[in-house]
Amino acid sequence: MENKQGLYLGMAILLLLAASALLAPLLAPHDPTRQNLDQDLLTFSNAHLMGTDKLGRDILSRTLYGGRISLLVGFTTVAISLSIGLAIGSLSGFFGGWVDQLLMRLVDILMAFPGILLAIAFTAVLGPGLDHVIFALCLIGWTGYARLVRGEILSLREQEFIQAARALGCQPIRVIVLHLLPNLLPPLLIQATFGMAAAIIGEGSLSFLGLGVEPPTPSWGAMLNEGRQFLLVAPHLTTYPGLAIMITVLGLNLLGDGLQDRLESRGR
Amino acid sequence: MKRYLLQRLLLLLPTLLGALTLVFFLIHLIPGDPVEVMLGETASAADKEELRQSLGLNQPLVAQYRSFLTGLMSGDLGRSLSEQTGVADLIRARMPATLELTICAMLVAILLSFTLAMLAARNKGSWIDRLALLFSLLGLSLPNFWLGPLLMIIFSIQLGWLPVSGRGGLDHLFLPSLTLGLAMAAILTRILRISLLRVIREDYVQTARAKGLSEKQVWLKHALRNALLSVITILSLQFGSLLAGAVITETIFSWPGIGRLTVQAIQMRDYPLVQGCVLVIATSYLLVNFLTDIFYHLVDPRITYGK
Repeated sequence: MENKQGLYLGMAILLLLAASALLAPLLAPHDPTRQNLDQDLLTFSNAHLMGTDKLGRDILSRTLYGGRISLLVGFTTVAISLSIGLAIGSLSGFFGGWVDQLLMRLVDILMAFPGILLAIAFTAVLGPGLDHVIFALCLIGWTGYARLVRGEILSLREQEFIQAARALGCQPIRVIVLHLLPNLLPPLLIQATFGMAAAIIGEGSLSFLGLGVEPPTPSWGAMLNEGRQFLLVAPHLTTYPGLAIMITVLGLNLLGDGLQDRLESRGR
Repeated sequence: MKRYLLQRLLLLLPTLLGALTLVFFLIHLIPGDPVEVMLGETASAADKEELRQSLGLNQPLVAQYRSFLTGLMSGDLGRSLSEQTGVADLIRARMPATLELTICAMLVAILLSFTLAMLAARNKGSWIDRLALLFSLLGLSLPNFWLGPLLMIIFSIQLGWLPVSGRGGLDHLFLPSLTLGLAMAAILTRILRISLLRVIREDYVQTARAKGLSEKQVWLKHALRNALLSVITILSLQFGSLLAGAVITETIFSWPGIGRLTVQAIQMRDYPLVQGCVLVIATSYLLVNFLTDIFYHLVDPRITYGK
C-alpha cells in the first residue's frame, strides 16, 4: 500500500473510531450493562446485530462503549508517559554528566522488564481498576520517550542555533522549550502514535488477564476474556471485540508508518 | 575482548540490582496489610503472624532487603503460599515448557520472516512484496490474546486438525508457537526486507555478481549473511516480548509454563510466587541481552561499547 494512502486510511479509521466511541450513548441500541438472562448467547438478530453475551448483554453496545475505555487509556497513558519522558529525557540530554547517568540507569532498570510484564506485576499487587491500569502502563511507557528525547537533544545541542542561544545567555529551560522542543515534536508524534497502539494492546492484555477495568464496565480485553469460556458454543463473543482492537491498532500503525515516511522524506 | 566484557558486566550488574530491588518492593506496594490481602480477612491472627514471620515482614525494611538478596545468592526465591513449596522448585519445573514454547515461536518467526522477506526483496514492488508488507502490518496489529482464540476456533474447533490446549507432541505446540511468534515474524519481515534491499545495492554484492556467482549464491551467501546483524538485534530485543507474551499465550492454551504459573499465582494472590516469576523472567531477559552484546562483538569486532 502507498504510504500516503496508508496515512489517510489510518487517519480515517481513527476518526471513525473516535466518533463511534464519543457518540456511543447515541449509537448504542441498548444499555451496555443491562442484563437479560433470557436472551443469553444469542447470535445475529434484528434486536442484537452482534448478538448477546452470557448475561444477555448486547455485544454491539458493549463494543461501542469498550472503545471509550481503550481510547481513554490510550490517550491518557500517552499524555502522561510523554510528559514524563520529555521532562526526564530533556534533563538527561541537556545537562549530561551524573544527571544523565543517574536517569539513564533508571531507564535501564525499567527496561530490564520485558514488555508488559512489569505492568502485569504492578496491577497484580495494586488490584484491578482503570487508574491502576493507566499507572502501570505509564510506569513502563515513559522510558521510550525519555530515550528518544535524550538522543535527539544530544544531537541537537551541538548545533549552531543552540550554541548561539546559549552564548546569548538563554536560560536552560528557555533553550529547551523554545529551541529544542519544536525540533523534537515530529519524532515524538510518531512515537506517540505507536505508543498509543501499545497502550491499547496493554490495556487489552491486562483486562484479558482479569487485571483491567472492573466489571460490568465494558472493555474489549475483558469481553475477549469472558468470551474465551464460550469458544465452542458462541465464538462470536470473541470475534467483535478482537476485530475492534485489531482495526484500532492497524489504524494507529498505518498513521505512525505514514508520519514516519513523511518525516524521512522531508529530512532527505 | 576482555575490556569489552568487563565494561558490559559493569553495566549489567547495577541494572540487575535495580531490577531486583524493584521486584523486592512489589510486595510492599500491596495496599493495606499484605498478609491480610494474601490470606483474606477471615484468617486467624496466628496464621497471619506465621505468614508475616515466614515472609520476614515483621523485620525492618533494610533487614528484609538484605535477607532477600542473600536468599537470591543461594537460589532461594521464597516459599509459595498456595503450593506450600519452594518458589524456585516450582519455576524450575515449569521452565522447560516455557523454553520449548519460546524457542519454537522464535523458529516459526524466523522461518516465516526469512521466506517472506527474501521473496519480497527479490520481487520488490510486485504483489509478493505487497503481500509481505500487508502480512507485517496485520501481524503487528493482531494482539495475541485474540489471535490465540481465533486460531483455536479455526484449527481446533471448526477443522478439528489440532488439539485445543495442553502440552504434548508437536501438534500441541503448533498453535501456541504461531500465536506467540506471529508478531515477531511481522517485525522481522519488515526489518529483514529493508536490510536485504540495502545490502543488495552494496559494491561487494555487485562484485560477486560480476564474478559470475549465481543469483541464489549472491542472495544467500552475500545479501542474507550481511543482513543478519540487524536480525540478531531484533531477535534479542524481541526475546523479552516473547517471554512477556508467553504469559498470555500460555494462559490461552493452558500451556504449563512460567507464564501460566504467573497468572495462576496472581489469581491465588500468591505474591511470593508472582515475585519469583517476574524476577526469573526479567533476569533471563537481561542475560539474553548481555549475551547478544557479546555475540555481536564476536561477529563484528568493530562494535565496542563507546560513549
